[in-house]
Amino acid sequence: MNENPAAERFADRAKRQAQTANPQSEIVHFPADEPLPLDSGASLAPLSIAYQTYGTLNADKSNLMLVCHALTGDQHAANLHPLTGKPGWWDTMIGPGKPIDTDRYFVLCPNVIGGCMGSTGPSSINPATGQPYGPDFPVITVRDMVRAQARLLDHLGIDQILSVIGGSMGGMQVLEWAASYKDRVFSAVPIACAARHSSQNIAFHEVGRQAVMADPDWREGRYLDEGKSPRKGLAVARMAAHITYLSDATLHEKFGRKLQDREKIAFGFDADFQVESYLRHQGMAFVDRFDANSYLYITRAMDYFDIAADHGGVLANAFAGTKTRFCLMSFTSDWLFPTEESREVVHALNAVAAKVSFVEIQSNKGHDAFLLHEPELFDTIRGFLSAAARERGVVFPDGGA
Amino acid sequence: MSVNIPVNPTSVRAPDSPRVDLLLIAEMVAPGSRVLDVGCGDGTLLRILADKQAVDGRGIELSQAGVNSCVTQGLAVIQGDADTDLAYYPDLAFDYAILSQTIQATHNPRLVLEQLLRIGKRAVVSFPNFGHWRVRTQLMFGGHMPRTDNLPESWHDTPNIHFCTIKDFLTLCDDIGAKVERAVALNAYGTKLVSMPLFAQNLFGEQAVFLLSR
Repeated sequence: MNENPAAERFADRAKRQAQTANPQSEIVHFPADEPLPLDSGASLAPLSIAYQTYGTLNADKSNLMLVCHALTGDQHAANLHPLTGKPGWWDTMIGPGKPIDTDRYFVLCPNVIGGCMGSTGPSSINPATGQPYGPDFPVITVRDMVRAQARLLDHLGIDQILSVIGGSMGGMQVLEWAASYKDRVFSAVPIACAARHSSQNIAFHEVGRQAVMADPDWREGRYLDEGKSPRKGLAVARMAAHITYLSDATLHEKFGRKLQDREKIAFGFDADFQVESYLRHQGMAFVDRFDANSYLYITRAMDYFDIAADHGGVLANAFAGTKTRFCLMSFTSDWLFPTEESREVVHALNAVAAKVSFVEIQSNKGHDAFLLHEPELFDTIRGFLSAAARERGVVFPDGGA
Repeated sequence: MSVNIPVNPTSVRAPDSPRVDLLLIAEMVAPGSRVLDVGCGDGTLLRILADKQAVDGRGIELSQAGVNSCVTQGLAVIQGDADTDLAYYPDLAFDYAILSQTIQATHNPRLVLEQLLRIGKRAVVSFPNFGHWRVRTQLMFGGHMPRTDNLPESWHDTPNIHFCTIKDFLTLCDDIGAKVERAVALNAYGTKLVSMPLFAQNLFGEQAVFLLSR
C-alpha cells in the first residue's frame, strides 16, 4: 500500500494508460489509409483493435465464438485482468469444459472501439494533434463497434461466426451482428438486452454522464492533457449505474440496513450503511480501470441504439430473410432490460419465421445475473451452442464432432 | 365406493416407445414440412417429428423447465403462452400448427384454434375426451369431478380449465368454419377406434386427434 494517495492514483492512472496504448492483448493496427467509416459520417483512422483469444481455430475456421463485452467490460473475458488481477468477467462461462468450451471452440473477445483497453478510443492519441482525442473523439454507435469487429474478422481471415454471444451492450452487438451481417452469423445469443435503449436507460446514462462532466477535473474532456482525472464524477456515475445492475432483492439480501463497522448510526454523512460502503468501493475500484471519456462515449453509443429505427421503424425488417439461429435469454428481476424487451425481439423474429429460442430465467440477481453462475443460463448456453455446432457440422480441434 | 381409473395409454406402452397420440400426430404431418408445436412440453413431439418426418419445427411452451429441456436439445422453442403469443406469428407461417393435449388448458380455446388455422395451413389438435364413459361414470355415480391417471389434478388446482368432448369439439370446428380432414379417437389402450359411429367414439375414445384446415 502506497503511503501517498496522490502518488498511488498517479501510478494507477499510468498503468491504465499503458493498457490503452500498449495492452497486454493481441492487437491489430489498421493504417491511416484504411479509415473505418462511422454512422455519424466521420471516420476513424488509424484504428487499433485489441482482443483476447481462447482455444484453437479449427482447420476450416468454423468454430469461432465471438464474445461481445458490455459497457464497462473489456476483452479480458477469461484471463486474469491486467489491471485488477481478478479473473475475467466471464471466467465462469469460458474455458475448458465450460459452456463456451475452449476445448471445442475458438473464442475471440475484442475490446470495443471507444473503449480504453487498447482499441481506439477517446484516450488514444489523435493523429491530428499528437494528444489524446478526449472530446474530439467522434461519437460512435453500436453498429460502428460491430463494423470494427467485422474488420477484425476480415483481417484474421475468418468469414463465419459459429455463434456471437453477449449480454447487455454485448447483446446489442449480437443483435447488430445478426441484422448487419446475416450471412456471417450462424447463431446468435443475445442475453439481457433489447433492440433499442429505453427512455429510462437513457435517463440513467445521462445522470452518469452529468456526474462525470460536473467534476471540475473533467476539464471539458481534456483531463489527460492536464494530468488529471474526474475520479469523483466517474465514481458517482458508476455508483448510480451499479444500482441499476442489481435488484432490490439482492441489495436487501446482501446488505439490508446493516451498518458498516459501527454499532449505531453516526448522525453524519460517512458510510453508515454497508450498502453505501459497498457502492463507494464499486465506484473507486471502477475509476482505477476505466477512462471517464470512454464511459461517456460508450453510454452514448448505447443510447443511440435502435435497430428498428435503422430499418424503417419495423424491427422485423432488420431480420428479414435471416437464417441465423437465435437463443435469447432474460432474467425475471432485470429491470434495466426487462423480459418484455427480449420478447419484442422474439416477436420480431417470429414474424420473419426465424429459428428462435427464448428463455426467461428465474433469478433475483437483477441485470448482473448474466455475469453470475446461474445454472439455467449455463445449461441453456451449453445446450444451444452444442446443437449449433452439431447442425453446422463443426469438427472440433481435437478431431471430435 | 371404488372408482375405476382408466388405463393410461402411456402405462401400457413399451418403456421407450413414444406415446401413441404423438405417433398419430406425426403420421398426420407431411415429411419436410414447417411445424409449430404450441405447448410443446419437453420437446418430445418436436423430436419425434424431426426424427421421423424431418420437419423444420418450432415450439412454444409456458413452463421454464420445458423450454430449457428443449433448448438444451437444440430445439427452437420460446417461452410463451398460447393465449397471447400466437398473435405475433404471420399468416400461414407454418404448414402445420399443432396443439397437443393443450387446448383444455387455454383461456380462450376458440381464439387459439382460430389462430392455429391462421398461422398454419393445417392444424392438428389432440385433447382428452371428456365424453369418455369412465369420466361420465365418475360424475354420474361418484358425484365428483372426474380424476384420472391422465388428468390427476383436483378441480381446484388443475390447469385444465376448458374440457370438452369429441362432440363439443366438432361443434366448435363447425362454428369457426374449420374443415375436419381427419379425426381419430383412441381408446384407453391407444387403439384407434375405426368404423364406429360418433356417439360410440365419444363414449369409448379416451383421447382424440383432429387434422383441420380452413
